[in-house]
Amino acid sequence: MSKNLRTSNNKFIDQTSRISFKFDGKTLYGFKGDTLASALLANNIHLVGRSFKYHRPRGIMACGSEEPNAIVQVGNDASLTEPNTRVTEIELYEGLEASSQNCWPSVNFDVGAINNFFSPLIPAAFYYKTFMWPANFWKMYEYFIRKSAGLGKSPTKPDKDIYDHRYLHCDVLVIGGGISGIIAAKTAAKNNLNTLLIDDKNNLGGTTLFQQNECFKINNSYSNEWLKKEIETLKSLKNLTIKTRTSLAAYHSYNYLLARENLTEHLDINEKKNKIRQRLWKIRAKKVIIATGAMERPLIFNNNDRPGIMLSSSIKKYIDFYGVKCGQKISLFTNNDSAYETAISLNNSGVSVNSIVDIRDKTNSLIVKQSEKLGIKVHWKSSVVNTNGYKKINSIEIMQLSDDGNAVVGKKIKEECDCLGISGGWTPRVHLFTQSGGKLKFRDEDNVFLPNKSELDQISIGSCNGDFELDEIIKNAADSINKFLKVNNNDYENLEIISSKEIDKKNIWLLPSDKPFGKTKSFLDFQNDSTANDVKLALREGFKSIEHVKRYTTTGMATDQGKLSNMHALGIIAETAGVKMGELGTTTFRPPYTPLTFGAIVGRNVGEFFDITRKTPLHDWHVENKAEFENVGQWKRAWYYPIENENMHEAVQRESKAARDSAGILDASTLGKIDIQGSDASEFLNRVYTNAWSKLEIGKCRYGLMLNEDGMVYDDGVTTRLSENHYLMTTTTGGAANVLSKLEDYLQTEWPELDVYLTSVTDHYGTVSICGPNSKKILSKIIPDLDLSDEEFPHMSFKNALIDNINCRVMRISFTGEHSYEINIQSSFAKSVWEKCFEAGKEFNITPYGTETMHLLRAEKGFIIAGQDTDGTMTPVDLQMDWIISKKKYDFIGKRSLYRSDTIREDRKQLVGLLTDDPKEILEEGAQIVAETNKQPIEMLGHVTSSYFSPNLNKSIALAVVKNGKKLKGQKLFVPMKNKTINVTITDTVFLDKENKRLNA
Amino acid sequence: MFLINCPYCGERDQSEFSAGGEAHIIRPKQPTELSDDQWAEYLFMRKNIKGVQFERWNHAHGCRKWFNMVRDTSNDKIHAVYKMGEKPPIK
Ligand SMILES: [Zn+2]
Repeated sequence: MSKNLRTSNNKFIDQTSRISFKFDGKTLYGFKGDTLASALLANNIHLVGRSFKYHRPRGIMACGSEEPNAIVQVGNDASLTEPNTRVTEIELYEGLEASSQNCWPSVNFDVGAINNFFSPLIPAAFYYKTFMWPANFWKMYEYFIRKSAGLGKSPTKPDKDIYDHRYLHCDVLVIGGGISGIIAAKTAAKNNLNTLLIDDKNNLGGTTLFQQNECFKINNSYSNEWLKKEIETLKSLKNLTIKTRTSLAAYHSYNYLLARENLTEHLDINEKKNKIRQRLWKIRAKKVIIATGAMERPLIFNNNDRPGIMLSSSIKKYIDFYGVKCGQKISLFTNNDSAYETAISLNNSGVSVNSIVDIRDKTNSLIVKQSEKLGIKVHWKSSVVNTNGYKKINSIEIMQLSDDGNAVVGKKIKEECDCLGISGGWTPRVHLFTQSGGKLKFRDEDNVFLPNKSELDQISIGSCNGDFELDEIIKNAADSINKFLKVNNNDYENLEIISSKEIDKKNIWLLPSDKPFGKTKSFLDFQNDSTANDVKLALREGFKSIEHVKRYTTTGMATDQGKLSNMHALGIIAETAGVKMGELGTTTFRPPYTPLTFGAIVGRNVGEFFDITRKTPLHDWHVENKAEFENVGQWKRAWYYPIENENMHEAVQRESKAARDSAGILDASTLGKIDIQGSDASEFLNRVYTNAWSKLEIGKCRYGLMLNEDGMVYDDGVTTRLSENHYLMTTTTGGAANVLSKLEDYLQTEWPELDVYLTSVTDHYGTVSICGPNSKKILSKIIPDLDLSDEEFPHMSFKNALIDNINCRVMRISFTGEHSYEINIQSSFAKSVWEKCFEAGKEFNITPYGTETMHLLRAEKGFIIAGQDTDGTMTPVDLQMDWIISKKKYDFIGKRSLYRSDTIREDRKQLVGLLTDDPKEILEEGAQIVAETNKQPIEMLGHVTSSYFSPNLNKSIALAVVKNGKKLKGQKLFVPMKNKTINVTITDTVFLDKENKRLNA
Repeated sequence: MFLINCPYCGERDQSEFSAGGEAHIIRPKQPTELSDDQWAEYLFMRKNIKGVQFERWNHAHGCRKWFNMVRDTSNDKIHAVYKMGEKPPIK
């Protein structure tokens, strides 16, 4: 490291503990307490990246989250590398590896920089205008643009780091640990309020922490010494929690806030492992105090983007806090007093200040006088009109401003320098305030937007509220905190405060140059490379709204969200369009305030915790028996059970045949089950199903169809009357939760007079379904006492039974068309019953089958699956299920809609069967069906909803919805596919056992 | 993210609730006697107001009770919550 760029006496950096790191492959050294930015600057490295559009060399400009240029790729591990990280926010640690982005092959020699020479050809919206036409060429353009532009590389492997989420409730949240935040936190905690103070830096104190200047004194101490004592007293406060390295990401309504805490970012690379990297705090605060401070503005002048051109206050922080000299010959350019603080700090540290270029006519505030006393030269009423130096600034050109400030006059002075500090005044950080829904007001005097009205219980204090002078900050903050918290803290009432009173204010948004406008490059948005010319061009082209100009020029749309550029863009628009800035309004600041990692957002919800996985009580058996699983909503369902090398088709064909030839066994536990009780249970079912329920005998089951109020099929299932006032309803697997919600809704809001109680019992029971001609024999082996005769236990009836002394409910119902039983049993016993059935069925070659075979078997019988053969646009009539609509019932959900003019149309899409001319040809589900193939455009008559090869019929079968399908039975139609057209014939929906003989086989 | 005062459970996070659209739309007692237009009025027509709106909410991950809410959609301020069947406390 260049030894001469470090000052020797520094309180904040531990110059005894050296840290090695790599930048662009080169090993460099810094100290504990450095940021990557301060360490690079100490190594005399300013140039760290290239700009997005013109690939101009760009250097470190700031010292915090507002940094627009110095973004790097950190790490080179495919799973841990992170792009777009600001060097100003990276705490230096042993083993850190960082590299420049957006430059190829290297930051010092960049191929894309040729764009800079062609820059007159790349005006605002150049990418939009040029590459958007012809539209289908975009794919090709995009490839090249992304390759040469692109902001960093995404990691290609899963993130190995651990992230966490936690909730936190507090009485008072203070955002920002600068002088006003500390006053707020102390006042709140002292008054027994449970207080949380957060700051994104690793220390409290803000900029006052290193403000050791005669012009800023409190009770005869330097302001930094006074504040240090205040920070000390915080430690003794019991109600106060302090979180540093914690950045507020989002401020939502009702004082709900998200803050990201960095836990391992600063640790050595070897110490990071197996620790939580970041924690996202979900904070609910009764009251919020925003003390986020202000950002220094740049100045907009010709060639204001060269490496070495930095914010003046950042140069001050680098020298006062990090002990790093940003240059040896520094010039300053300002429109306000802040640059004089920097000049004094530099001077005190032995760095020579060439001069201060000040656009003001002359001013006599305390700090300016002090600086003049030190002999620092000032060019009053002057402007920097140009800068020189390609990879690093080497000189500036200064001229006098005209009286109106619109032009420069007189002789040009050239001044050599290796660093230029610029200060365009201060912008209160109102981002969080506006995120929370607060409205801003404009203060003309110094051109700032300030918090105005908020709906929430919050205040802004300190410089984010427009107080920039030390005495104002302390007095106003203390006053408004007392009022806001309804307390009376007088610690800050009688302080003797010296502060430099800035007297003269002057602002020019776009500084004039001796070169004609259009030949200058005055950058507004450094990261996205938009210039003052771009904004003016947008206005000439007719864009008026600030939101439109922003999108058209991309000003303020980079990863820094235009923290430094927005105010000048607004200023230039207001000036050019001749409107007042306050009337123009500002753009919306959206969360997150600074970029968040995806890891922090998802927290622990990754991998198996990404979503809930529901498993049936029989799950382990399926796993042991090598089932393949299918996701049905959150459920894992056994899909099919391949034997040896069977593929899915082979397994399903075998399972389907076995179920019809002898016996099959299915896990039906996922079906939704709702227990319905109450003296009005029958009436309730009458109202929610299309068919009649009053006359259903105890011990009998009935299939029901549930509609939406618009008449469309919503769900279906079998409901059993267990006793006079007790029913068990089953729903589809996917519909269970929605059906319960819908039933509860009607009960609570439309029919509160009904005496009905609903309980979801889906997880309480396992359901074992056995089907096939031998199912009766198997069941009789397990429950010998039960009379299984068709007279005693007919189809669609139910019996209570005991299996191994365990109560269970046996329903004789069928979704396959076979003689079939469903045994419902407490979940904890379900596996033993299943195994018992399986054991008993072995002599009949009982075959476990999964959801795929279940779907095939029901399709052979033409039974619908709600959600597969219906899609929210099918009425029962469309499904050819007219029989299930009660003619006698006065009302049920959806009844009135069944004879709306649209639902009684005859040419609606209706459910039909389809057979392919070639019985081996299996249709694709979703395939379109047409009547003519020659006509253009082809009219789509409908589509295939279910399609299988039936091993029991030895041919392909399908269900489909077809316009006017009911009347088209026997009609030949076509299914056009990519390479061929398949001939099909419309048939009945029932393919197998139309007489239902098998049910009683 | 709102804080919603469930009339049965008290103040809870918005993530426990689900919204159920406009409140005070009563299902007609005799739907069969309505014309298509009258039925469509009940079935389809919903207001979408910028300003004070009466809404149905359900404490889905809590007591599962439906209730009504008066909310200003322009600033998300909740002016009142009240049980089903009760008259709105605000006009
Ligand atoms: Zn509740």
